[in-house]
Amino acid sequence: MEHYLSLFVKAIFIENLALSFFLGMCTFLAVSKKIETALGLGIAVILVQAITVPANNLIYQLLLKEGALAWAGMPNVDLSFLGLISYIGVIAAMVQILEMAMDRFTPALYNALGIFLPLITVNCAIMGGTLFMVERNYNFAESTVYGVGSGLGWALAITAIAGIREKLKYSDVPDGLQGLGITFITAGLMALGFMAFSGIQL
Amino acid sequence: MTSEAKSNVLDPLIDNNPITLQVLGVCSALAVTSNMMTALIMSIALTSVVACSNACISLIRNHIPSSIRIIVQMTIIASLVIVVDQILKAFAFEASKQLSVFVGLIITNCIVLGRAEAYAMKNPPFLSFLDGIGNGLGYSLLLMVVGFFRELLGAGKLFGYTILTTVSEGGWYLPNGLMLLPPSAFFVIGLIIWAVRSWKTEQVESPDYQIHQVHRTEVL
Repeated sequence: MEHYLSLFVKAIFIENLALSFFLGMCTFLAVSKKIETALGLGIAVILVQAITVPANNLIYQLLLKEGALAWAGMPNVDLSFLGLISYIGVIAAMVQILEMAMDRFTPALYNALGIFLPLITVNCAIMGGTLFMVERNYNFAESTVYGVGSGLGWALAITAIAGIREKLKYSDVPDGLQGLGITFITAGLMALGFMAFSGIQL
Repeated sequence: MTSEAKSNVLDPLIDNNPITLQVLGVCSALAVTSNMMTALIMSIALTSVVACSNACISLIRNHIPSSIRIIVQMTIIASLVIVVDQILKAFAFEASKQLSVFVGLIITNCIVLGRAEAYAMKNPPFLSFLDGIGNGLGYSLLLMVVGFFRELLGAGKLFGYTILTTVSEGGWYLPNGLMLLPPSAFFVIGLIIWAVRSWKTEQVESPDYQIHQVHRTEVL
């Protein structure tokens, strides 16, 4: 149990996808002007991440890994080079299914997230989570915990920067830094802040 | 060379840079720039993927049903990235280990999908190919500049060759360790954006909220 808890905390703070690995930066910088939209996107990322990382883990463990096809009588087949294309397929399909399911069962949430859901397919945080899961050889339980934790960390980061940007709008920023420039600097300072977690041993 | 072809290649370098103006493909720009070698490999990988994917998608653009176009584009892009990934693993194994997941993440690099959607779906193959080359070069230019500053100031080296001898090796240069840490990439890119926009003032964004200038006579 302790192992999973520390993995969870690590995924949220120490190895924060947005601020330590810079994944999902495009949406992180582009869709963080208002707290509400940032929060909506954050929730969508948590949902998708919590589903796709374990799903891709199953695909990797049961189909793609070297020797994984032993149950089908093909112990020498190594399909890991097909990884990238299958993961992105799973992600695109999951996002599509999630979109349809939410439209049917929770129309309010669907309308709130509407435009962001398709965007998530190309959010590198989702793909990055899956690739890290493969690189670190997580098992199914670990990948579930990691998926939820890393999604939560990303949501936390984008909500925080949206909060800062809402206040920052009233500051007198030099012309050339206006908008994107100052957002980069802010994100840099936040990343420095998050580095404080890196000394924690779990 | 028609003028459109020329502007396709040259515009994305500074006037319409994918990173500083279109906010596309920022993730990898931050993560792989701590030394110039990885930045160069990443640039080559991305430029070839974006050029080829633009050309392929443009070739079949009239046959893709618009409702499933994202999936079709993704499949083409993912196949190209797998090719690049396998080539890197075969011929530059060390570098591919250093780039870790970031080669795979070219699939979700928004430059590739963004250019496919915005340009290749509407234009003939050759022009799309050039557009891909141009945007890849714009991305590469920024990556190389960021990598240059980070490696030079952080380690006193360029491409692994010592330029400024550091104190620990008996020289005079005290390296700035912050430059090797990830957050410095944000600062460097932020400052580059500032520099570019001071030069090309038409790129400056208008503020959401205008601060009211109070003149001395109003107070009195």
